Amino acid sequence: MTRIGVVVFPGSNCEYDALGAVSALGAEAEFVWHSATHLEGFDGVILPGGFAHGDYLRPGALARFSPVMEAVAEFARAGGAVLGICNGFQVLTEAGLLPGALQKNRGLTFLCQPTTLTVESTASVLTRGAFRGQELVIPINHFSGSYTCDDETWASLVAHDQIVLRYKENPNGSRDDIAGVSNVEGNVVGLMPHPERAMSTLLGSADGRVLLESFVGAPVGAR
Amino acid sequence: MNYPIIVDVTLREGIADPEGATIERALPALGFNGITHVRAGKSFRMNIDAEDESSALATAAALAQRLLSNPVIENATARSAAKE
Repeated sequence: MTRIGVVVFPGSNCEYDALGAVSALGAEAEFVWHSATHLEGFDGVILPGGFAHGDYLRPGALARFSPVMEAVAEFARAGGAVLGICNGFQVLTEAGLLPGALQKNRGLTFLCQPTTLTVESTASVLTRGAFRGQELVIPINHFSGSYTCDDETWASLVAHDQIVLRYKENPNGSRDDIAGVSNVEGNVVGLMPHPERAMSTLLGSADGRVLLESFVGAPVGAR
Repeated sequence: MNYPIIVDVTLREGIADPEGATIERALPALGFNGITHVRAGKSFRMNIDAEDESSALATAAALAQRLLSNPVIENATARSAAKE
């Protein structure tokens, strides 16, 4: 059975949703406190949403220095599957595990709404079970979700097929409508929308399932 | 010695600044005209124990680079607060 670690920082608040979602898909999931220094025995690691360390300074800026992040970096280097959702995405960019940065939303409002996403790459651990062009309805819930990077980084993202998901209608001013990106290898993925909150049609959408099914079914190295 | 230092963190040129833009748009309504290029940023004040001011500034610059700013989108500069 796939074992997934869900990292809990002081201030995380989506860890139960993330744990519940991957458990519902058959994975064996457990919480990992941010002071942990190793991630042995896990096939995948999720950095959930929330406000790690209060989001003081900048979202993710302090979480990046939590002891567990050394272990996450090591895990990622070894090809392990790493997923950052919302605040987790912000942490991964601050830690330099994913390119770019997340800025305050254009319009300066907190956004909490369903968004329609388009799958742009299937070469990541999050999307390899989806198909290119597939549309998914998944909610966002953030204040700093505007993806930003310089021209050189953007060109590199395009060249290496690292733009994983785009918004169909850009809600927050993200460059090139980007909702999620991966590293070059495809084993580290971050996205602002919350797939763990789109697990049941009864609650609005089950479109998050295809993403998280890919993730729990894709323990090692995407490409 | 103990040196008072200020670190200014500003968004890099070309990075969109929705906060600065919103402030700028609000100014004419308050009667402030002819103000453009408003950019929002952060400033941090601290005291640093060091041999001399230049090494205090070097420490602040290192801290600014590693923690206080995100070099992907921000610039940081350290300056002495004593001269003000």
